[in-house]
Amino acid sequence: MTRLTPTRAWAATILFTAFAALPLIAGALDDSYLIVIATRILAYAIAALALDLILGYGGMVSFGHAAYLGIGAYAVAILSRAGITDLGAHLLAAILVAAVFALITGAISLRTRGIYFIMITLAFAQMGYFFFVSLSAYGGDDGVTLNARSTIFGQPLLENNTALYYTALALLIGLYLLAVAITRSRFGRVLTGTRENPIRMQAIGFSPFRYQLTAYVISGCMASIAGVMLANQASYVSPSFMDWHRSGELVVMVVFGGIGNLLGAIAGATIALLLEEWLAILTDHWPILFGLILVLVVLYSRDGLSGLFRRSKS
Amino acid sequence: MTSLFLLQLLNGVQFGILLFLIAAGLTLVFGIMDFVNLAHGVVYMVGAYLAVTFTSMTGSYGLGLLLTLPATLLLGLALELSVFRRLYDRPHLDQVLATFGLVMIITEGVEILWGAAPLSVQMPEMLSGSFPLIGAMRYPVYRLVIIAAGLLTALGLYLIISHTRIGMRLRAGASNRSMVAALGVDISKLFTVIFAFGAMLAGFAGAMVAPVLTVNPGMGEQVLILAFVVIVIGGIGSVRGAFAGALLVGLVDTLGRSFGPILLRAVMEPAAAGQAGRVLAPMLVYILMAVILAVRPAGLFGAKT
Repeated sequence: MTRLTPTRAWAATILFTAFAALPLIAGALDDSYLIVIATRILAYAIAALALDLILGYGGMVSFGHAAYLGIGAYAVAILSRAGITDLGAHLLAAILVAAVFALITGAISLRTRGIYFIMITLAFAQMGYFFFVSLSAYGGDDGVTLNARSTIFGQPLLENNTALYYTALALLIGLYLLAVAITRSRFGRVLTGTRENPIRMQAIGFSPFRYQLTAYVISGCMASIAGVMLANQASYVSPSFMDWHRSGELVVMVVFGGIGNLLGAIAGATIALLLEEWLAILTDHWPILFGLILVLVVLYSRDGLSGLFRRSKS
Repeated sequence: MTSLFLLQLLNGVQFGILLFLIAAGLTLVFGIMDFVNLAHGVVYMVGAYLAVTFTSMTGSYGLGLLLTLPATLLLGLALELSVFRRLYDRPHLDQVLATFGLVMIITEGVEILWGAAPLSVQMPEMLSGSFPLIGAMRYPVYRLVIIAAGLLTALGLYLIISHTRIGMRLRAGASNRSMVAALGVDISKLFTVIFAFGAMLAGFAGAMVAPVLTVNPGMGEQVLILAFVVIVIGGIGSVRGAFAGALLVGLVDTLGRSFGPILLRAVMEPAAAGQAGRVLAPMLVYILMAVILAVRPAGLFGAKT
């Protein structure tokens, strides 16, 4: 399952080529909004990829991954305010803070199992949410508008939407390859083994806790990168980045794409965001339709949308 | 200072009681059916909205409250029959997703029906007075009524669970579901009853707070997360744990918000203490949860992890 089979390599190539070609299509259609949506999709795809790494391969259902989006986004806002505008610095700060937060909350959450884990990750993310809500220096509830996007080598290269898009795409591809490498490594196999049977893994000499915590920290760091991109895309950061609804949406994306399928997570993010965009055109009350679709998918397809596709093929 | 402390103590107890009403239904459903219900918070919200509507229809808050109870009971029944019962045998993830979908549907539905602007309901004349505390300090009668109603409910729950036939089945169902089914108890009917009853408790809580809070579409979510914290602290499935956890969370949250900055001022500069207090206070209950779980992963009264 974790092997990058020829089919999967082809699928990845096709998907990423399509993403790479998108600005050309947008240019031909003269539709600049397409790039904006697509950049959002890429950012969420990074977060969904991060979540699938622990959810799909480690069996850890984190319902608080939006916290890392928020950490990444606030890293951009807070450093920019302090005069540090470099993208590299923003990414580094986001990853460091995310690692510390994931290490502490993960170590506590992983003492528990199953449903306790879901609720505790949710509660910790909520703690982060309230932290930023009450941080009045950065706008509290209202958030902060960024004066400019992150710079690269002192140059405002990302002000160009297409440049930002390709940066996000490059990050997504890099992180996808990293995630594939992780799942194929010995580390990844131990992690999957832990998901299947932690007691047996312990019996043959592995410490499940250590592997799970490491995976949790890696996942949190990856998700914080998504937050950095999201802040740049929106030029705006607020506590709503960490809202528990957003954590839920990330889980929805992973499930839509099929759990434990890294490429699926990217596809799931794409489907979920396009669905939202499309439903929002139909009605202002799009969440009602989105919720309905979600309930129906869960009730009638056990493996998410990918399960639907599989079933319709067979 | 003493009377301010007493005032905040009462506020904390009142908040805790409210959390208990919500957490009780959540923990029963969890412990007995092993079912995660994210939609429990929106039932509380719907309860508050129904109380507003029924009160303005009948002109009496008491009647509004009485009508809200069967209405939320029916809502719980409808949710159980249409969605939840198909999910009992599914993984927790499926339950989380489906109920998350319901949260979106119901929250948006409420906004369509009642609008996004906050509503309020007139407090009943009879209960709008205040009760003398110490010196010039007074406490609103209505908040005392909430405390009393919550304590009576807790007592009633205790009596039902430990001294009645249905309570016996409930406890048996919690420890061994298939054994109880084998003994001839209609477990699926029992589940339906528990669900509807839990929904009614949440609706009751929503209706009770409608006169003291503004009724808005976001009110269910914040309370839901706190109710999760309560049952995680108390131990999943334990109503006693939910009661202890709810009071603990209510008191820590309320007292932390009012006295945190004052305590910090003793060791910090006033301005810094104010800011630090505002940032730390909302995080206190989560820190409390982390500390308790670090010591007892199954919660205070929990048996199983």
